[in-house]
Amino acid sequence: MTKTMINLDGNEATAYVAHKTSEVIAIYPITPSSSMGEYADEWSAKKRPNLWGTVPLVAEMQSEGGAAGAVHGALQAGALSTTFTASQGLLLMIPNMYKIAGELTSTVFHVSARSIAAQALSIFGDHSDVMACRQTGFAMLASCSVQEAHDFALIAQAATLESRVPFIHFFDGFRTSSEISKIEQLSDEQIRAMVSDELVQAHRARGLSPEHPVIRGTAQNPDVYFQGRETVNTFYMACPGIVQKAMDKFAELTGRHYNLFDYEGAPDAERVILLMGSGAETAGETAKFLTQKGEKVGVVKARLYRPFDQEALLKALPATTKFVAVLDRTKEPGAGGEPLYLDVVNALFESGRHNIKVIGGRYGLSSKEFTPGMVKGVFDEMRKAQPKNHFTIGIIDDVTHTSLEFDPQFSIELPETVRCVFWGLGADGTVGANKNSIKIIGEETNNFAQGYFVYDSKKSGGTTISHLRFGPKPIRAPYQISQAQFVACHQFGFLERYDVLKFAMSGGTFLLNSLYGPEEVWDHLPREAQEGIINKKLRFFVIDANEVAKATGMGGRINTIMQTCFFAISGILPRDEAIEEIKKSIKKTYAKRGEAVIQKNYDAVDQTLAHLHEVKVPGKITSTTAIRPPVPAEAPDFVRNVLGRMIGLDGDSVPVSAMPVDGTYPMATTQWEKRNIALEIPVWEPDLCIQCGKCVFVCPHAVIRAKVVDPALLESAPPTFKSKPASWKEMPSMRYALQVSPEDCTGCALCVEACPAKDKTQVGRKAINMADQLPLREPESANWKFFLDLPEVDRTQISLRTLKNAQLLQPLFEFSLACSGCGETPYVKLLSQLFGDRALIANATGCSSIYSGNLPTTPWAANKDGRGPAWSNSLFEDNAEFGLGMRLTVDKQSEYIREVLPQVANVVGEDLVTALLNADQSTETGINEQRERVALLKQRLQGVAGPLAKDVISLADMLLRRSVWIVGGDGWAYDIGYGGLDHVLASGRNVNVLVLDTEVYSNTGGQQSKSTPRGAVAKFAAQGKGISKKDLGLIAMSYGYVYVARVAMGASDQQTLNAFLEAEAYDGPSLIIAYSHCIAHGIDMRKGLEQQKLAVQSGAWPLYRYNPNLMAEGKNPLTIDSKEPSIPLDQYVYNETRYRMLLQSDEARAEMLLKQAQDDVKSRWEYYKQMAAMHYGGSETGND
Amino acid sequence: MADLSTTYLGLKLKNPLVASASPLSEKVESVKRLADAGVSAVVMYSLFEEQIIHESLELDHYLSQGTESFAEALSYLPEAGKYTLAPDAYVETLRKIKQAANIPVIGSLNGVSTGGWIKYAKNIQDAGADALELNIYFLPVDANITSCELEDAHVKLVADIRSQVQIPLAVKLSPCYTALPNFARRLVDAGANGLVLFNRFYQPDLDLEELEVTPRLVLSSSQELRLPLRWTALLYGKVKADLALTTGVHTAEDAIKAIMAGANAVMSASALLKGGPEAASKILADMQTWMEAHEYHSVERMRGSMSQGTVAEPAAFERANYMKVLNSF
Repeated sequence: MTKTMINLDGNEATAYVAHKTSEVIAIYPITPSSSMGEYADEWSAKKRPNLWGTVPLVAEMQSEGGAAGAVHGALQAGALSTTFTASQGLLLMIPNMYKIAGELTSTVFHVSARSIAAQALSIFGDHSDVMACRQTGFAMLASCSVQEAHDFALIAQAATLESRVPFIHFFDGFRTSSEISKIEQLSDEQIRAMVSDELVQAHRARGLSPEHPVIRGTAQNPDVYFQGRETVNTFYMACPGIVQKAMDKFAELTGRHYNLFDYEGAPDAERVILLMGSGAETAGETAKFLTQKGEKVGVVKARLYRPFDQEALLKALPATTKFVAVLDRTKEPGAGGEPLYLDVVNALFESGRHNIKVIGGRYGLSSKEFTPGMVKGVFDEMRKAQPKNHFTIGIIDDVTHTSLEFDPQFSIELPETVRCVFWGLGADGTVGANKNSIKIIGEETNNFAQGYFVYDSKKSGGTTISHLRFGPKPIRAPYQISQAQFVACHQFGFLERYDVLKFAMSGGTFLLNSLYGPEEVWDHLPREAQEGIINKKLRFFVIDANEVAKATGMGGRINTIMQTCFFAISGILPRDEAIEEIKKSIKKTYAKRGEAVIQKNYDAVDQTLAHLHEVKVPGKITSTTAIRPPVPAEAPDFVRNVLGRMIGLDGDSVPVSAMPVDGTYPMATTQWEKRNIALEIPVWEPDLCIQCGKCVFVCPHAVIRAKVVDPALLESAPPTFKSKPASWKEMPSMRYALQVSPEDCTGCALCVEACPAKDKTQVGRKAINMADQLPLREPESANWKFFLDLPEVDRTQISLRTLKNAQLLQPLFEFSLACSGCGETPYVKLLSQLFGDRALIANATGCSSIYSGNLPTTPWAANKDGRGPAWSNSLFEDNAEFGLGMRLTVDKQSEYIREVLPQVANVVGEDLVTALLNADQSTETGINEQRERVALLKQRLQGVAGPLAKDVISLADMLLRRSVWIVGGDGWAYDIGYGGLDHVLASGRNVNVLVLDTEVYSNTGGQQSKSTPRGAVAKFAAQGKGISKKDLGLIAMSYGYVYVARVAMGASDQQTLNAFLEAEAYDGPSLIIAYSHCIAHGIDMRKGLEQQKLAVQSGAWPLYRYNPNLMAEGKNPLTIDSKEPSIPLDQYVYNETRYRMLLQSDEARAEMLLKQAQDDVKSRWEYYKQMAAMHYGGSETGND
Repeated sequence: MADLSTTYLGLKLKNPLVASASPLSEKVESVKRLADAGVSAVVMYSLFEEQIIHESLELDHYLSQGTESFAEALSYLPEAGKYTLAPDAYVETLRKIKQAANIPVIGSLNGVSTGGWIKYAKNIQDAGADALELNIYFLPVDANITSCELEDAHVKLVADIRSQVQIPLAVKLSPCYTALPNFARRLVDAGANGLVLFNRFYQPDLDLEELEVTPRLVLSSSQELRLPLRWTALLYGKVKADLALTTGVHTAEDAIKAIMAGANAVMSASALLKGGPEAASKILADMQTWMEAHEYHSVERMRGSMSQGTVAEPAAFERANYMKVLNSF
């Protein structure tokens, strides 16, 4: 049979088999498994059939718990069913997994194994999640590579059907799930041969049917539960043998042999490492390398971890084994050892192999690199007289000294493998081009290919590093390249920030995208780059890719140009052939998008070579510049020594001692990471400015700020600092200053769009306009610094009810990692301005938790008094409850302090106690006065003996009014967290919920939620969502005692401000649903506010406030704040790709859905109108 | 019954009333309604050069925006199996209309520069169009372009499109040419079989509150008939091409004037948009009535009867002043 070789990543390789062998697939997005569900959904949408010729039914659920429940039900009804997940998602499935296993139900859950959120969330790979399932009764089969993920998905399917034991098939998140590799594809015949129809039919026959009814899922009592639990033993005993049988059959069909435990290395090995997952591939290759050097070492790859077959393990170990080191990619604090280690210890003990020493260690948590050098380090440790047990490898543990030494330079790379590293900017297309290159080389040559991509945690302007290997032999190197023959830097600016050439090997080639030509570039390189080129004797090429991109209409995407350079220089293919293949690839990739796209890419290819030049490398260093430090010298120690290292891509060198022990980090650290990603920044024109504050209000990154200051303070201002007479009656004779932070701005231009002030003689000129950043950087940085030192407005002196005043409040959320032009962050920032100095914030996992809390630097800040929002993220699903818990604490502890406070009246004074207990904190002045009283209370109790005084001091702050906020996206509020949110709203407690509604799961790449509107295309709704958006606000209103507001800043900023103030003031639960335009809508982000306006004008997003307090006044609580729909829906929706692409892919459906959506608008409007017109005269409704 | 039949671009039409390019031809259903109402042919809505190029680039831009940048979201929108971009959708609609309506269908391309996009002329022909209308909608805002250069470019465009298709080709013009008769003749020499007089430029408006330039679509009125009427009368008999009058045809009287000035066909969009496809029935019925009342037996007999060459005072078309030009609203 002809082998079909394909290039794909581990997720696709797995999903391919899962989709072929399933009838019902329940999915829910979670990184890094999301794409498995996306593939399944896409294939079913395109009517790709399974093995039996029918298209699997794919259903998106509201959570992983829901997905597991749906799979459980599907299985019980007799379908072949599967799901894909990772991390917290897998944890949510555990209850169902016990059930599925307890009922001996055949299924495979495919898991891209990922860290569990502990001291911090991490999206990256390790075995923490799957190891938390080892007790569920699921069998566990571990893949080491993309090929194995493909193969084991099938072996697991075959084995589960025969054994009736359900399986977790897992592989390493990112390292395997996202690595692109050239693998041999399983044919339908091979898959067919592995899946027995008889067993499928037996599975069906066990399904529930009223035609032959049974009861399954009883409750058992002490008399029989225990015995019932033991009934499954024989199935578990048989399972390993069945897996091996499936592996053997698989080998017959494909020629690829696997065993429950596979051994690689010296037949007479004395030192053996045992592990599973991608690390086993690295360890196996390293053992083979060392064996060739004469070392007696080997590696056991554990494939089937549960049921744990001791006999198979012992059989795999060479008889000569004296020492085993077991490596676990997880951590179990407080345990006697990690799980795999304990299993091995137990196996050796129970089998009487006491002559073998065993040590255990941890490696690779959260995708920490695991390299041949580390493998060798472990082998070397076993040679020591006193080897460490419970060691770590790959980090520096200078606290409990668990870490082993290793040689980072140690390499086992095959000489014939070509290794290439590409530095790219997030949006420049580098990764996409590299994926194309892999396909070209993988498909058009006999070479094997591998690609792995390292991304930044920033949502815009981040760095990507692509690691590509090509070679005549299969590439078994699941670790990043350290010595590349080819290094390309697609952004000149990286040279000033990173040691780009650290990846280059001696004699290699360096390609730089440079504004400077071959004659002049040298003197513009920082010293490190010059040294690297000279010392490593690199060939050096430059191209001005941006110029070619500009000339050919490619804009900022230099992908095709740099790809052409790569092929031209690397010689992997003959140049002409390479260009032909690039063009073929362009045609294949972009054909669907139209000929103009193909043509511009062709033009880019054709114009590239004329601009590619080799640089004659001078023999000496001429540079007067060096890589600049990641953070300025004046930054605090922790920022410099810890966060700065992370910013400089050197976080691996941070030792354990430098890390906080409990996940607690200092505030306001984004200010130290000057990213300078904006090409253009806003420039203020005081002569036109009307001081309305709209630009400040909408700025997603809090880089435009306004202050009203005493003119005397401006005497020492830098020469270009601007101000104008302030137009505040309450602050006469003052100056108004509006300032931009040039280095923090992302250049989104929302401010310019929001600015209403136009030059009457030249209407294109506004009071704020974009201009080139570079010439402004230095003077405006000085101005910004000066501005920050000017005093903030006295909050007690102004009313917060107007936008003009609110703009003056210091934002305590600044320079976040959000996308340029983000539609969410202006709301978050507003929250921080209005209530930040007394806010507790519970933040659901999602975009807002990532831009709020992803290291290295975080945006939540404190004011000069040290007060600011105290922020935390628990999980995705529990955020409402998490926030309620905060409220409960506030309520309980403030009740307690109020109970005990009178007992210290004799010490602190009756007057003070009375004032504290009766304080009116409804205004800023009131809050301020209470703060002064609390300070006085603490002062008077200082040094007072006795436990009571100390108790009162410790809880005195609870006399201050707190503002509890629960923040998250629509994925949380409408779907996974809805049950909790509903309960929290129903609780009547004083919490404020802010839903940043982007109408999709933005953080995981745009999957539909129940908030997705009818007619919009989203992942998991590739054919356009056919049902209407859930009306969360209406549901909340039904309680009658929940404050509800629907806002859209771009449509009405004042209504937004009113809603925030009212919600917070309302002594009960509040819900604000905020329209947040998003990159996932496929819009020009600069026009985000305009889209908000159109959404409101069309009636798609009516604005309203539902204030239960009004009922007590005999008024209708519902105020509709927007006008009757005045434009047809299509004028709003067809500005967005999410809608337009349906029109382009299925016009008839688009039109049908648009019409239905238009009807939705009408009926919803009528409904609200009637609600708002209802008579409430005289009724009294409270929160009870 | 008066004989309303006519020929235009070599097509035998049952009457001179043709539905000109408008949103009404975007749907098979509305074209059927037009045909049922009696129009003799339909000009499809225009496929714009900009659409052909920019829609593709725009789709690519937004599908690529923000991708391959952040580990959790390597893309934000799913890939559809196939996108039917404007040109393909256009050709497909034309094919469907051709199948569904039993009247001639004239494709419409709107553009100004020669280039890859003109291959769609052939696609339109292949989809079954009976003729093609090229709408040259160009505002010469570049002070460096001379009128000669501009006219040369447009003549070349007509020649290039002529080389792509065998079906009859009409050119829809704006009235803003320095020497229209000469230019018209050159277009005919380059391969145009017909001229459509004239295009209406939708003029932008100024929003005094927002201080913004805003697009504002205003439908035509009968008052706007005069300009094309005059030039139809002037060109009739002077160019070897059929003439179609468009802009301002709202009533039977308007249509009759156009025919008398020399038009082979009269085109209407605004009237049909305002009154629905059924407005065509009224125009045709009124034409019948008028012709019977005035004893005109056929349109052929009327055509050109009031062109410049046939009226008693040919100079009246040249000396007419603008005192009566009205603002429509």
